[in-house]
Amino acid sequence: MASEKTKAFLLKMIGIDRRIIFIFVFIALSVPMFISIDMNIPTSPEVEMLVETMEKLPDGAKVLVSLDYDPSSEPELQPMAETFLIYAMRRNFKIIVIGLWPQGAIQAERAKAVAEEHEGKEFVYGENYINLGFQSGNELVIQRMGSSIPAAFPRDYFGRPVDEFPIMQGVKNFSNIDYVFNLSAGYPGTIEWVLFAVDKFGATLGAGNTAVQAPMIYPYLGKQLKGLAGGMKGGAELEILTSLEGRAVKYMVGQTFAHAVIVLFIIIANIAYFATRDSKKGGVL
Amino acid sequence: MKRGIPLIIAGVVGTVLVIQYFIPHTPFGVLNDVFSDWFSIIQATAIWLGALNLIKVSGDKVYKRKRDWQFSLVVILCFLLMVIVGFFFSGGRRFLDPGTPFSLLYDYVYSPLVAMMFALLAFFVGSASYRAFRARNKEATVLLIAAFVVMLGRVPLGDALTGWLPDWLHLSVISNWIMNVPNLAGQRAIMIGIALGIVSTSLRLILGIERSYLGGE
Repeated sequence: MASEKTKAFLLKMIGIDRRIIFIFVFIALSVPMFISIDMNIPTSPEVEMLVETMEKLPDGAKVLVSLDYDPSSEPELQPMAETFLIYAMRRNFKIIVIGLWPQGAIQAERAKAVAEEHEGKEFVYGENYINLGFQSGNELVIQRMGSSIPAAFPRDYFGRPVDEFPIMQGVKNFSNIDYVFNLSAGYPGTIEWVLFAVDKFGATLGAGNTAVQAPMIYPYLGKQLKGLAGGMKGGAELEILTSLEGRAVKYMVGQTFAHAVIVLFIIIANIAYFATRDSKKGGVL
Repeated sequence: MKRGIPLIIAGVVGTVLVIQYFIPHTPFGVLNDVFSDWFSIIQATAIWLGALNLIKVSGDKVYKRKRDWQFSLVVILCFLLMVIVGFFFSGGRRFLDPGTPFSLLYDYVYSPLVAMMFALLAFFVGSASYRAFRARNKEATVLLIAAFVVMLGRVPLGDALTGWLPDWLHLSVISNWIMNVPNLAGQRAIMIGIALGIVSTSLRLILGIERSYLGGE
Protein backbone atom coordinates (compact mmCIF):
# COMPACT_ATOMS: atom_id res chain seq x y z
CA MET A 1 0.00 0.00 0.00
CA ALA A 2 2.80 2.32 1.01
CA SER A 3 4.68 1.65 -2.19
CA GLU A 4 1.54 2.34 -4.23
CA LYS A 5 1.22 5.66 -2.47
CA THR A 6 4.87 6.44 -3.14
CA LYS A 7 4.47 5.50 -6.78
CA ALA A 8 1.41 7.72 -7.10
CA PHE A 9 3.32 10.56 -5.50
CA LEU A 10 6.28 10.07 -7.84
CA LEU A 11 3.99 9.95 -10.86
CA LYS A 12 2.54 13.24 -9.70
CA MET A 13 6.07 14.63 -9.34
CA ILE A 14 6.89 13.76 -12.94
CA GLY A 15 4.10 15.93 -14.22
CA ILE A 16 4.48 18.63 -11.58
CA ASP A 17 2.92 21.97 -12.41
CA ARG A 18 5.67 24.30 -13.56
CA ARG A 19 4.26 27.08 -11.39
CA ILE A 20 5.40 25.12 -8.33
CA ILE A 21 8.95 25.13 -9.71
CA PHE A 22 8.59 28.86 -10.39
CA ILE A 23 7.62 29.48 -6.75
CA PHE A 24 10.64 27.58 -5.45
CA VAL A 25 12.99 29.43 -7.84
CA PHE A 26 11.41 32.72 -6.77
CA ILE A 27 11.97 31.95 -3.08
CA ALA A 28 15.55 30.83 -3.78
CA LEU A 29 16.30 34.06 -5.59
CA SER A 30 14.47 36.53 -3.38
CA VAL A 31 15.15 35.34 0.18
CA PRO A 32 18.97 35.72 -0.10
CA MET A 33 18.46 39.42 -0.87
CA PHE A 34 17.52 39.91 2.76
CA ILE A 35 20.20 37.76 4.37
CA SER A 36 23.95 37.97 4.44
CA ILE A 37 26.05 34.82 4.09
CA ASP A 38 29.82 34.69 3.73
CA MET A 39 30.71 32.40 0.88
CA ASN A 40 34.03 31.08 -0.25
CA ILE A 41 34.02 31.73 -3.99
CA PRO A 42 36.89 29.93 -5.74
CA THR A 43 38.53 31.82 -8.59
CA SER A 44 38.98 30.38 -12.06
CA PRO A 45 42.08 30.58 -14.31
CA GLU A 46 40.31 32.74 -16.92
CA VAL A 47 39.41 35.50 -14.43
CA GLU A 48 42.87 35.25 -12.85
CA MET A 49 44.33 35.84 -16.33
CA LEU A 50 42.04 38.85 -16.77
CA VAL A 51 43.17 40.46 -13.52
CA GLU A 52 46.85 39.59 -14.10
CA THR A 53 46.69 41.43 -17.44
CA MET A 54 45.05 44.42 -15.78
CA GLU A 55 47.69 44.39 -13.01
CA LYS A 56 50.49 44.46 -15.58
CA LEU A 57 49.21 47.71 -17.11
CA PRO A 58 51.15 50.80 -16.06
CA ASP A 59 49.42 53.41 -13.90
CA GLY A 60 47.80 55.99 -16.16
CA ALA A 61 47.43 53.52 -19.05
CA LYS A 62 45.00 54.39 -21.86
CA VAL A 63 42.14 51.92 -21.77
CA LEU A 64 39.29 51.58 -24.24
CA VAL A 65 36.11 50.26 -22.61
CA SER A 66 33.40 48.99 -24.92
CA LEU A 67 30.07 48.28 -23.25
CA ASP A 68 28.07 46.17 -25.66
CA TYR A 69 24.94 45.31 -23.73
CA ASP A 70 21.63 46.76 -22.63
CA PRO A 71 19.77 46.76 -19.29
CA SER A 72 18.49 43.20 -19.85
CA SER A 73 22.01 41.95 -19.04
CA GLU A 74 22.61 44.53 -16.34
CA PRO A 75 22.52 42.14 -13.34
CA GLU A 76 25.45 40.17 -14.77
CA LEU A 77 27.49 42.84 -16.54
CA GLN A 78 26.89 46.10 -14.70
CA PRO A 79 28.72 44.95 -11.53
CA MET A 80 31.73 44.15 -13.76
CA ALA A 81 31.56 47.61 -15.34
CA GLU A 82 31.41 49.23 -11.91
CA THR A 83 34.29 47.13 -10.55
CA PHE A 84 36.42 47.89 -13.58
CA LEU A 85 35.81 51.64 -13.36
CA ILE A 86 36.61 51.70 -9.62
CA TYR A 87 39.80 49.74 -10.31
CA ALA A 88 40.62 52.12 -13.20
CA MET A 89 40.08 55.12 -10.97
CA ARG A 90 42.50 53.73 -8.37
CA ARG A 91 45.11 53.02 -11.04
CA ASN A 92 44.52 56.41 -12.68
CA PHE A 93 43.77 54.77 -16.03
CA LYS A 94 42.59 57.05 -18.80
CA ILE A 95 39.24 55.63 -19.81
CA ILE A 96 37.75 55.99 -23.30
CA VAL A 97 34.22 54.56 -23.34
CA ILE A 98 32.33 53.52 -26.46
CA GLY A 99 29.27 51.39 -27.17
CA LEU A 100 28.48 49.18 -30.15
CA TRP A 101 25.02 48.79 -28.62
CA PRO A 102 22.89 51.96 -28.34
CA GLN A 103 22.44 51.59 -24.58
CA GLY A 104 26.09 50.80 -23.86
CA ALA A 105 27.14 54.41 -23.41
CA ILE A 106 24.20 55.03 -21.06
CA GLN A 107 25.22 52.01 -18.98
CA ALA A 108 28.72 53.48 -18.79
CA GLU A 109 27.41 56.72 -17.32
CA ARG A 110 25.53 54.74 -14.68
CA ALA A 111 28.60 52.67 -13.81
CA LYS A 112 30.70 55.83 -13.66
CA ALA A 113 28.27 57.39 -11.16
CA VAL A 114 28.55 54.28 -8.93
CA ALA A 115 32.37 54.25 -9.18
CA GLU A 116 32.57 57.94 -8.28
CA GLU A 117 30.27 57.50 -5.30
CA HIS A 118 32.28 54.46 -4.13
CA GLU A 119 35.59 56.30 -4.31
CA GLY A 120 34.28 59.66 -3.12
CA LYS A 121 35.85 61.53 -6.04
CA GLU A 122 35.03 62.22 -9.66
CA PHE A 123 36.62 61.43 -12.99
CA VAL A 124 37.82 64.60 -14.70
CA TYR A 125 35.85 64.50 -17.94
CA GLY A 126 38.10 64.82 -20.93
CA GLU A 127 41.25 64.18 -18.89
CA ASN A 128 40.87 60.73 -17.42
CA TYR A 129 37.44 59.77 -18.73
CA ILE A 130 35.54 60.36 -21.94
CA ASN A 131 32.34 58.82 -23.31
CA LEU A 132 32.36 58.64 -27.10
CA GLY A 133 28.87 57.16 -27.19
CA PHE A 134 27.25 54.74 -29.60
CA GLN A 135 28.26 54.33 -33.21
CA SER A 136 26.26 52.22 -35.64
CA GLY A 137 28.11 49.81 -37.90
CA ASN A 138 28.82 46.81 -35.66
CA GLU A 139 32.23 45.22 -36.37
CA LEU A 140 32.97 47.75 -39.11
CA VAL A 141 33.19 50.40 -36.38
CA ILE A 142 36.03 48.37 -34.82
CA GLN A 143 37.65 48.07 -38.23
CA ARG A 144 37.35 51.85 -38.75
CA MET A 145 38.88 52.44 -35.31
CA GLY A 146 41.85 50.40 -36.48
CA SER A 147 42.71 53.11 -38.95
CA SER A 148 41.39 56.11 -36.99
CA ILE A 149 39.49 56.29 -33.71
CA PRO A 150 38.65 60.01 -34.13
CA ALA A 151 37.25 59.23 -37.60
CA ALA A 152 34.99 56.53 -36.16
CA PHE A 153 33.97 58.80 -33.27
CA PRO A 154 34.41 62.44 -34.36
CA ARG A 155 32.31 63.73 -31.46
CA ASP A 156 31.79 62.62 -27.88
CA TYR A 157 28.47 61.51 -26.41
CA PHE A 158 27.50 65.11 -25.71
CA GLY A 159 28.30 66.37 -29.19
CA ARG A 160 31.69 68.00 -28.66
CA PRO A 161 34.58 67.37 -31.09
CA VAL A 162 36.86 64.74 -29.54
CA ASP A 163 40.08 66.53 -30.45
CA GLU A 164 39.16 69.21 -27.87
CA PHE A 165 39.91 66.80 -25.03
CA PRO A 166 43.39 66.14 -23.60
CA ILE A 167 42.64 62.42 -23.16
CA MET A 168 42.28 62.05 -26.95
CA GLN A 169 45.60 63.72 -27.73
CA GLY A 170 47.87 61.19 -29.38
CA VAL A 171 45.09 58.65 -29.77
CA LYS A 172 45.00 57.68 -33.42
CA ASN A 173 44.22 53.99 -33.47
CA PHE A 174 44.63 50.78 -31.45
CA SER A 175 48.40 51.18 -31.35
CA ASN A 176 47.83 54.11 -28.97
CA ILE A 177 45.56 52.09 -26.67
CA ASP A 178 47.19 49.97 -23.96
CA TYR A 179 44.22 47.73 -23.24
CA VAL A 180 40.71 47.07 -24.46
CA PHE A 181 38.07 45.90 -21.98
CA ASN A 182 34.83 44.64 -23.48
CA LEU A 183 31.60 43.73 -21.72
CA SER A 184 29.33 41.88 -24.08
CA ALA A 185 25.91 40.26 -24.16
CA GLY A 186 25.84 39.13 -27.80
CA TYR A 187 26.37 40.59 -31.27
CA PRO A 188 28.32 42.76 -31.80
CA GLY A 189 30.54 41.85 -28.88
CA THR A 190 33.62 40.00 -27.75
CA ILE A 191 33.90 37.75 -30.81
CA GLU A 192 33.95 40.79 -33.11
CA TRP A 193 36.53 42.52 -30.89
CA VAL A 194 38.74 39.43 -31.10
CA LEU A 195 38.35 39.08 -34.88
CA PHE A 196 39.05 42.72 -35.70
CA ALA A 197 40.78 44.59 -32.84
CA VAL A 198 42.99 41.68 -31.76
CA ASP A 199 43.59 39.57 -34.86
CA LYS A 200 43.90 42.44 -37.30
CA PHE A 201 45.26 45.32 -35.23
CA GLY A 202 47.02 43.52 -32.37
CA ALA A 203 45.06 45.07 -29.48
CA THR A 204 45.25 43.51 -25.99
CA LEU A 205 41.73 42.45 -25.02
CA GLY A 206 40.03 41.35 -21.80
CA ALA A 207 36.32 40.62 -21.60
CA GLY A 208 33.31 40.04 -19.43
CA ASN A 209 30.35 38.13 -20.83
CA THR A 210 26.93 36.90 -19.82
CA ALA A 211 26.93 33.29 -18.60
CA VAL A 212 24.98 32.24 -21.70
CA GLN A 213 27.57 33.67 -24.05
CA ALA A 214 30.75 32.80 -22.13
CA PRO A 215 31.10 29.16 -23.34
CA MET A 216 31.29 30.43 -26.93
CA ILE A 217 34.20 32.70 -26.02
CA TYR A 218 36.43 30.01 -24.47
CA PRO A 219 38.12 29.08 -27.78
CA TYR A 220 39.71 32.55 -27.93
CA LEU A 221 41.17 32.47 -24.42
CA GLY A 222 44.93 32.65 -24.18
CA LYS A 223 46.62 34.21 -27.18
CA GLN A 224 43.68 36.22 -28.51
CA LEU A 225 41.77 37.00 -25.33
CA LYS A 226 43.66 37.85 -22.15
CA GLY A 227 41.07 36.74 -19.64
CA LEU A 228 37.33 36.28 -19.40
CA ALA A 229 34.80 36.91 -16.63
CA GLY A 230 31.71 34.84 -17.37
CA GLY A 231 28.35 35.64 -15.81
CA MET A 232 27.66 36.53 -12.22
CA LYS A 233 30.34 34.09 -11.03
CA GLY A 234 32.96 35.80 -13.22
CA GLY A 235 31.85 39.17 -11.88
CA ALA A 236 32.19 37.95 -8.30
CA GLU A 237 35.65 36.55 -9.02
CA LEU A 238 36.67 39.87 -10.59
CA GLU A 239 35.52 41.67 -7.45
CA ILE A 240 37.41 39.25 -5.19
CA LEU A 241 40.65 39.37 -7.18
CA THR A 242 40.61 43.17 -7.28
CA SER A 243 39.64 43.36 -3.58
CA LEU A 244 36.52 45.30 -4.51
CA GLU A 245 33.78 43.02 -3.25
CA GLY A 246 30.40 44.38 -4.22
CA ARG A 247 27.15 43.49 -5.89
CA ALA A 248 28.25 40.37 -7.80
CA VAL A 249 29.56 38.67 -4.64
CA LYS A 250 26.28 39.53 -2.92
CA TYR A 251 24.20 38.21 -5.81
CA MET A 252 26.13 34.91 -5.77
CA VAL A 253 24.16 33.89 -2.67
CA GLY A 254 20.90 34.03 -4.63
CA GLN A 255 22.48 32.27 -7.58
CA THR A 256 23.77 29.50 -5.30
CA PHE A 257 20.33 28.95 -3.79
CA ALA A 258 18.70 28.94 -7.25
CA HIS A 259 21.21 26.41 -8.60
CA ALA A 260 20.66 24.24 -5.52
CA VAL A 261 16.89 24.31 -6.02
CA ILE A 262 17.19 23.40 -9.70
CA VAL A 263 19.63 20.57 -8.94
CA LEU A 264 17.26 19.23 -6.27
CA PHE A 265 14.38 19.28 -8.74
CA ILE A 266 16.52 17.46 -11.33
CA ILE A 267 17.35 14.77 -8.75
CA ILE A 268 13.67 14.41 -7.82
CA ALA A 269 12.69 14.22 -11.49
CA ASN A 270 15.20 11.43 -12.14
CA ILE A 271 14.20 9.43 -9.06
CA ALA A 272 10.57 9.73 -10.13
CA TYR A 273 11.47 8.81 -13.70
CA PHE A 274 13.32 5.62 -12.72
CA ALA A 275 10.78 4.59 -10.07
CA THR A 276 7.84 4.90 -12.47
CA ARG A 277 9.57 3.90 -15.69
CA ASP A 278 7.97 0.45 -15.78
CA SER A 279 4.47 1.57 -14.87
CA LYS A 280 4.45 4.46 -17.30
CA LYS A 281 6.96 3.83 -20.03
CA GLY A 282 8.81 6.94 -21.04
CA GLY A 283 7.34 9.11 -18.31
CA VAL A 284 5.19 12.10 -19.05
CA LEU A 285 7.40 13.62 -21.74
CA MET B 1 19.65 47.29 -64.34
CA LYS B 2 17.46 47.29 -61.22
CA ARG B 3 19.13 44.08 -60.07
CA GLY B 4 22.46 44.58 -61.80
CA ILE B 5 23.58 47.66 -59.84
CA PRO B 6 23.03 46.13 -56.36
CA LEU B 7 24.86 42.99 -57.53
CA ILE B 8 27.82 45.05 -58.74
CA ILE B 9 27.90 47.06 -55.46
CA ALA B 10 27.84 43.85 -53.38
CA GLY B 11 30.54 42.25 -55.52
CA VAL B 12 32.89 45.25 -55.50
CA VAL B 13 32.47 46.06 -51.79
CA GLY B 14 32.81 42.42 -50.78
CA THR B 15 35.94 41.92 -52.89
CA VAL B 16 37.58 45.11 -51.61
CA LEU B 17 36.83 44.26 -47.97
CA VAL B 18 38.36 40.81 -48.41
CA ILE B 19 41.50 42.14 -50.13
CA GLN B 20 42.06 44.98 -47.65
CA TYR B 21 42.29 42.44 -44.82
CA PHE B 22 45.46 41.07 -46.39
CA ILE B 23 46.70 44.24 -48.18
CA PRO B 24 45.78 47.19 -45.96
CA HIS B 25 47.54 49.71 -48.24
CA THR B 26 46.36 52.26 -50.81
CA PRO B 27 43.90 51.98 -52.47
CA PHE B 28 42.35 49.14 -50.45
CA GLY B 29 42.92 50.74 -47.02
CA VAL B 30 41.28 53.98 -48.14
CA LEU B 31 38.38 52.16 -49.77
CA ASN B 32 37.90 50.13 -46.60
CA ASP B 33 37.59 53.35 -44.57
CA VAL B 34 35.10 54.78 -47.07
CA PHE B 35 32.98 51.61 -47.09
CA SER B 36 33.07 51.38 -43.27
CA ASP B 37 31.80 54.97 -43.02
CA TRP B 38 29.08 54.27 -45.55
CA PHE B 39 28.03 51.19 -43.65
CA SER B 40 27.72 53.19 -40.42
CA ILE B 41 25.60 55.81 -42.20
CA ILE B 42 23.40 53.21 -43.88
CA GLN B 43 22.88 51.36 -40.61
CA ALA B 44 22.05 54.57 -38.73
CA THR B 45 19.47 55.34 -41.44
CA ALA B 46 18.12 51.81 -41.10
CA ILE B 47 17.51 52.43 -37.39
CA TRP B 48 15.19 55.31 -38.35
CA LEU B 49 13.52 53.17 -41.00
CA GLY B 50 13.05 50.46 -38.38
CA ALA B 51 11.42 52.94 -36.00
CA LEU B 52 9.12 54.26 -38.73
CA ASN B 53 8.26 50.71 -39.77
CA LEU B 54 7.39 49.87 -36.16
CA ILE B 55 5.00 52.84 -36.07
CA LYS B 56 3.48 51.89 -39.42
CA VAL B 57 2.93 48.22 -38.56
CA SER B 58 1.59 49.03 -35.09
CA GLY B 59 -0.51 51.90 -36.47
CA ASP B 60 -2.09 49.59 -39.07
CA LYS B 61 -2.91 47.08 -36.37
CA VAL B 62 -4.60 49.70 -34.20
CA TYR B 63 -6.45 51.30 -37.15
CA LYS B 64 -7.80 47.96 -38.37
CA ARG B 65 -8.51 46.76 -34.83
CA LYS B 66 -6.60 43.54 -35.45
CA ARG B 67 -6.15 40.92 -32.74
CA ASP B 68 -4.34 42.31 -29.64
CA TRP B 69 -4.34 45.82 -31.13
CA GLN B 70 -4.19 47.23 -27.59
CA PHE B 71 -0.57 46.09 -27.25
CA SER B 72 0.32 47.95 -30.45
CA LEU B 73 -1.27 51.08 -29.04
CA VAL B 74 0.96 50.75 -25.95
CA VAL B 75 4.00 50.36 -28.25
CA ILE B 76 3.15 53.56 -30.15
CA LEU B 77 2.42 55.57 -27.00
CA CYS B 78 5.65 54.43 -25.27
CA PHE B 79 7.70 55.13 -28.38
CA LEU B 80 6.28 58.64 -28.70
CA LEU B 81 6.71 59.24 -24.96
CA MET B 82 10.43 58.38 -25.02
CA VAL B 83 11.08 60.34 -28.23
CA ILE B 84 9.19 63.48 -27.16
CA VAL B 85 10.57 63.48 -23.61
CA GLY B 86 14.09 62.82 -24.89
CA PHE B 87 14.06 65.46 -27.61
CA PHE B 88 12.07 68.28 -26.05
CA PHE B 89 11.96 68.00 -22.25
CA SER B 90 15.36 66.72 -21.16
CA GLY B 91 17.82 69.50 -21.82
CA GLY B 92 18.94 68.65 -25.35
CA ARG B 93 22.34 66.95 -25.49
CA ARG B 94 22.40 66.58 -21.69
CA PHE B 95 19.35 64.33 -21.78
CA LEU B 96 21.16 61.64 -19.81
CA ASP B 97 22.13 63.79 -16.86
CA PRO B 98 20.72 62.47 -13.58
CA GLY B 99 17.24 63.79 -12.86
CA THR B 100 16.20 64.65 -16.42
CA PRO B 101 12.78 63.20 -17.38
CA PHE B 102 14.43 60.93 -20.00
CA SER B 103 16.95 59.67 -17.48
CA LEU B 104 14.18 58.96 -14.96
CA LEU B 105 12.19 57.03 -17.58
CA TYR B 106 15.30 55.05 -18.55
CA ASP B 107 16.30 54.27 -14.97
CA TYR B 108 12.93 53.54 -13.43
CA VAL B 109 10.76 52.25 -16.28
CA TYR B 110 12.71 50.99 -19.30
CA SER B 111 15.62 49.46 -17.42
CA PRO B 112 13.62 47.45 -14.84
CA LEU B 113 11.17 46.28 -17.54
CA VAL B 114 13.79 44.82 -19.88
CA ALA B 115 15.76 43.38 -16.93
CA MET B 116 12.54 41.72 -15.76
CA MET B 117 11.95 40.17 -19.20
CA PHE B 118 15.44 38.65 -19.16
CA ALA B 119 15.08 37.56 -15.53
CA LEU B 120 12.08 35.41 -16.50
CA LEU B 121 14.67 33.09 -18.06
CA ALA B 122 15.66 31.90 -14.59
CA PHE B 123 12.17 30.50 -14.07
CA PHE B 124 11.91 28.88 -17.48
CA VAL B 125 15.41 27.41 -17.15
CA GLY B 126 14.32 25.87 -13.83
CA SER B 127 11.21 24.35 -15.36
CA ALA B 128 12.96 23.22 -18.58
CA SER B 129 15.83 21.62 -16.61
CA TYR B 130 13.34 19.64 -14.56
CA ARG B 131 11.74 18.19 -17.68
CA ALA B 132 14.76 17.85 -19.97
CA PHE B 133 17.59 16.54 -17.77
CA ARG B 134 16.57 12.90 -17.41
CA ALA B 135 18.85 9.90 -17.77
CA ARG B 136 16.83 8.31 -20.57
CA ASN B 137 19.83 7.00 -22.52
CA LYS B 138 23.65 7.22 -22.54
CA GLU B 139 23.82 10.61 -24.31
CA ALA B 140 21.19 12.16 -22.04
CA THR B 141 23.05 10.79 -18.99
CA VAL B 142 26.32 12.42 -20.10
CA LEU B 143 24.47 15.71 -20.63
CA LEU B 144 22.79 15.36 -17.24
CA ILE B 145 26.06 14.71 -15.41
CA ALA B 146 27.82 17.61 -17.17
CA ALA B 147 24.95 19.99 -16.37
CA PHE B 148 24.86 18.77 -12.79
CA VAL B 149 28.60 19.33 -12.27
CA VAL B 150 28.68 22.73 -14.01
CA MET B 151 25.59 23.99 -12.18
CA LEU B 152 27.05 23.08 -8.80
CA GLY B 153 30.67 23.83 -9.72
CA ARG B 154 29.83 27.39 -10.78
CA VAL B 155 28.54 28.27 -7.31
CA PRO B 156 30.27 27.99 -3.91
CA LEU B 157 27.95 25.14 -2.93
CA GLY B 158 29.85 22.76 -5.20
CA ASP B 159 33.11 23.15 -3.32
CA ALA B 160 31.31 23.12 0.02
CA LEU B 161 29.96 19.66 -0.86
CA THR B 162 33.25 18.28 -2.18
CA GLY B 163 35.72 20.19 0.01
CA TRP B 164 36.71 17.00 1.85
CA LEU B 165 37.83 15.29 -1.39
CA PRO B 166 41.24 15.73 -3.07
CA ASP B 167 41.60 19.07 -4.95
CA TRP B 168 41.15 17.55 -8.41
CA LEU B 169 37.78 16.18 -7.38
CA HIS B 170 36.39 19.53 -6.27
CA LEU B 171 33.33 20.36 -8.33
CA SER B 172 34.72 23.79 -9.30
CA VAL B 173 37.84 22.09 -10.72
CA ILE B 174 35.82 19.50 -12.65
CA SER B 175 33.47 22.25 -13.84
CA ASN B 176 36.45 24.28 -15.13
CA TRP B 177 37.76 21.18 -16.89
CA ILE B 178 34.39 20.62 -18.59
CA MET B 179 34.36 24.24 -19.77
CA ASN B 180 37.99 24.22 -20.91
CA VAL B 181 38.21 20.81 -22.57
CA PRO B 182 35.00 19.19 -23.89
CA ASN B 183 33.13 22.50 -24.23
CA LEU B 184 36.12 24.13 -25.93
CA ALA B 185 36.51 21.26 -28.39
CA GLY B 186 32.80 21.33 -29.22
CA GLN B 187 32.76 25.12 -29.62
CA ARG B 188 35.80 25.00 -31.90
CA ALA B 189 34.17 22.37 -34.09
CA ILE B 190 31.00 24.46 -34.33
CA MET B 191 33.01 27.60 -35.10
CA ILE B 192 34.96 25.93 -37.88
CA GLY B 193 31.68 24.71 -39.39
CA ILE B 194 30.13 28.17 -39.13
CA ALA B 195 33.24 29.81 -40.62
CA LEU B 196 33.18 27.47 -43.62
CA GLY B 197 29.47 28.23 -44.07
CA ILE B 198 30.13 31.99 -43.91
CA VAL B 199 32.95 31.70 -46.46
CA SER B 200 30.77 29.80 -48.92
CA THR B 201 27.76 32.12 -48.44
CA SER B 202 29.98 35.21 -48.78
CA LEU B 203 31.48 33.88 -52.00
CA ARG B 204 28.01 33.22 -53.37
CA LEU B 205 27.00 36.80 -52.50
CA ILE B 206 30.15 38.38 -53.92
CA LEU B 207 29.92 36.37 -57.14
CA GLY B 208 26.22 37.17 -57.52
CA ILE B 209 25.09 33.54 -57.28
CA GLU B 210 23.05 34.16 -54.12
CA ARG B 211 20.44 36.79 -54.96
CA SER B 212 17.68 36.17 -52.44
CA TYR B 213 18.58 39.39 -50.56
CA LEU B 214 17.39 41.37 -53.58
CA GLY B 215 13.88 40.00 -53.09
CA GLY B 216 12.03 37.52 -55.27
CA GLU B 217 13.62 34.43 -56.86
